[in-house]
Amino acid sequence: MSDTQPHLTHAQEHEAKLREEHLMLDPLPRGRMNEMVMESMRATTWKFWLVFAILSVIVAWGLFYSWGKMILEGLGIAGVNRPSYWGIFLVNTVFWIGISHAGTFISAILRVFKAEYRRPFTRAAELMTTFGLVQAGFSIFMHMGRVWLSYWLFPYPNQRGLWPNFHSPLSWDLLAITTYLLASTMYLFLPLIPDLAMARDRSTGWHKTLYKILALGFRGTEGEWAHLRNAMNIFAWAIIPVMFSVHTIVSWDFAAATRPGWSSTIFGPYFVVGALHSGMGAVVMVLAVVRGTMKHMKYFIRPEHFEAIGKLMLIISMTWVYFFFNDYIVQWYGGDKWTQQLLHFHEAGPMGWMWFGMLFFNMILPWAVLWNRKWRSTPWLLFVTGLGINVGMWFERYIIIPVSLTINRMPFTWRMYQPGVEIPLGIGTLAFFILLYMAASKLIPLVPVWEVQEGQMAHSFKTYGRETVVTVSELE
Amino acid sequence: MIDLNIVGAKGAIAEEAEGKWGMVIDQDLCTGCQACVAACAMENNIAFVGEEDSGYGRSMHWIRIERFWEGEYPNVKMTRYQPMMCQQCGHAPCEPVCPAFATVHSQSQQVNLQVYNRCVGTRYCANNCPYQVRSFNWRDYADERINAAIRTLKNQYNPDVTVRRRGIMEKCTFCIQRIHKAEDKAKSEGREVADGEFTTACAQACPADAIVFGRIDNPKSLVAQLTRQRDGVRHLEELGTLPRVTYFAGGQ
Repeated sequence: MSDTQPHLTHAQEHEAKLREEHLMLDPLPRGRMNEMVMESMRATTWKFWLVFAILSVIVAWGLFYSWGKMILEGLGIAGVNRPSYWGIFLVNTVFWIGISHAGTFISAILRVFKAEYRRPFTRAAELMTTFGLVQAGFSIFMHMGRVWLSYWLFPYPNQRGLWPNFHSPLSWDLLAITTYLLASTMYLFLPLIPDLAMARDRSTGWHKTLYKILALGFRGTEGEWAHLRNAMNIFAWAIIPVMFSVHTIVSWDFAAATRPGWSSTIFGPYFVVGALHSGMGAVVMVLAVVRGTMKHMKYFIRPEHFEAIGKLMLIISMTWVYFFFNDYIVQWYGGDKWTQQLLHFHEAGPMGWMWFGMLFFNMILPWAVLWNRKWRSTPWLLFVTGLGINVGMWFERYIIIPVSLTINRMPFTWRMYQPGVEIPLGIGTLAFFILLYMAASKLIPLVPVWEVQEGQMAHSFKTYGRETVVTVSELE
Repeated sequence: MIDLNIVGAKGAIAEEAEGKWGMVIDQDLCTGCQACVAACAMENNIAFVGEEDSGYGRSMHWIRIERFWEGEYPNVKMTRYQPMMCQQCGHAPCEPVCPAFATVHSQSQQVNLQVYNRCVGTRYCANNCPYQVRSFNWRDYADERINAAIRTLKNQYNPDVTVRRRGIMEKCTFCIQRIHKAEDKAKSEGREVADGEFTTACAQACPADAIVFGRIDNPKSLVAQLTRQRDGVRHLEELGTLPRVTYFAGGQ
């Protein structure tokens, strides 16, 4: 018996185990891999269309009908009041901008640091950036009293010589978010070009026409690749400061105001870390769903990826906790009586459960799950953790905005905030995000095939004596 | 009292430090009768928001009478009534945060004004107002279909003041329409506006004369003399807002 079966040496066993664990060491023929990605786009079940239809109804009702009603009737149908002039609208804006940070973090920062495990899911993360920013845009425009005049916030030339007020953090916000949306969309598009060309060569009908237009005539010549690499390199470096600036500027909406609990100088980095915290949680949720529902995705997205993101999440959670308590202790030690009243209200007020929930979801849950290598390699467990972190980060923004607005320097106006039409609108943005993502997963290759193939080419096994080791060569 | 010399040394805000129009409110005289609130609403076409919205913190009065109490039940002691309206800050926190330049400082009157047709309703100014005295139009309260009471109430609109629509912010203007009227009259007669020639709606309606309005930059005016006579309080002046309203309480 043992003569017919190949006997695996220790080195071969080791190699087989490494292949199973790491995508970069487990290459498939190029044509086969391209076909797999095309199949994952084409294979659409009735379940997909059912979810798609339900989400469309939710978007139509929650986002467009409710918003239209609010435009016609005024903000009275929402829950905002004096003193909580900003409610869930701004909570959702900050939340979605936070979600959008993970895409850039993964695809730009991990790219410039040449973290190889990023390759199969950079696009899945980048899509979150663009679609998250769309929802943030919806949320911020919704909260305006006269949204039909929102173009007045843009610095366009006009006869009266009126410009936006560049003293206002809201003007900086608009510019920062617009810059980020444009830059991240271009940065999403650049690495997509070779994959669109791949899809163009493997499709028919209107799909082919679409890909033909989008691929900009990419043929894969040496010159085209060189240009693409250059452009991606420039964008990857340039978008990192943009990403950090966006959430810093969003935090200035609060930090630049004269309110107890808001005027805190640490809000800039604190918000950026918070954004990454919720964003990484969302990436891991998306990856778990994509892996579980789309064809062939179990090949591309493996436990090693969850393990790597899990480690990042743990570090980011610890950083968030540092900034949170730093902010808290400095504000408490400052001794301002209104701030002390507010801090007491956070923990012991009627929304105290939310404050403790925030600490549980942002600190205790990730720390309990992510320290263990086996646990953080389990997709469903990471999905639950990511969901918890997102709930916790939403709580955090809720505490900073409507709960902190409840307490101000005029005790006569203290009043609780009860959300109204904000709830369908918030559900609508969430449904619209998922809807856009589902549509994109059927229209563009969700896995950057060429990046995976490039990585696999760079990785190889070498045998030194009886030991097999992995080597990585620099391709670029 | 704010030390004008110290503030004056700070350069950029020096010209705002003194102010032009100002007010003195004597809380010892205030009976809490709300006549000022009613008069202000009549004068400035302020919307009647109805019971439900009012109870939910959406009343739109530009002036309100704040009531406080001291101690725990049943040993509760009422404190003095505190009329609260826009303090017309010389260095107003609401102004720099408006992205559309709808919240502006009037150079000639040195009061803080809201440009209604420039407002897009971000409500940032109201968040940043430490006095919480800005009112937002949550609905079209001037529309008969939304607010049935307005059908008859609209007959007493003040023709000198705009009726505001939904989605914009509004605030106390120190009755800017009265200031303009008095200044126009004085100018046509070739003289300065005399002290006490006109007053704001709230001061006019106050039966106890607890509110006095006038030029605080004119040392002979009643409001300036009252300001000098007693030790008053300017609310939250530690924030550097340079408020123009002085409160007297617990006096002689």
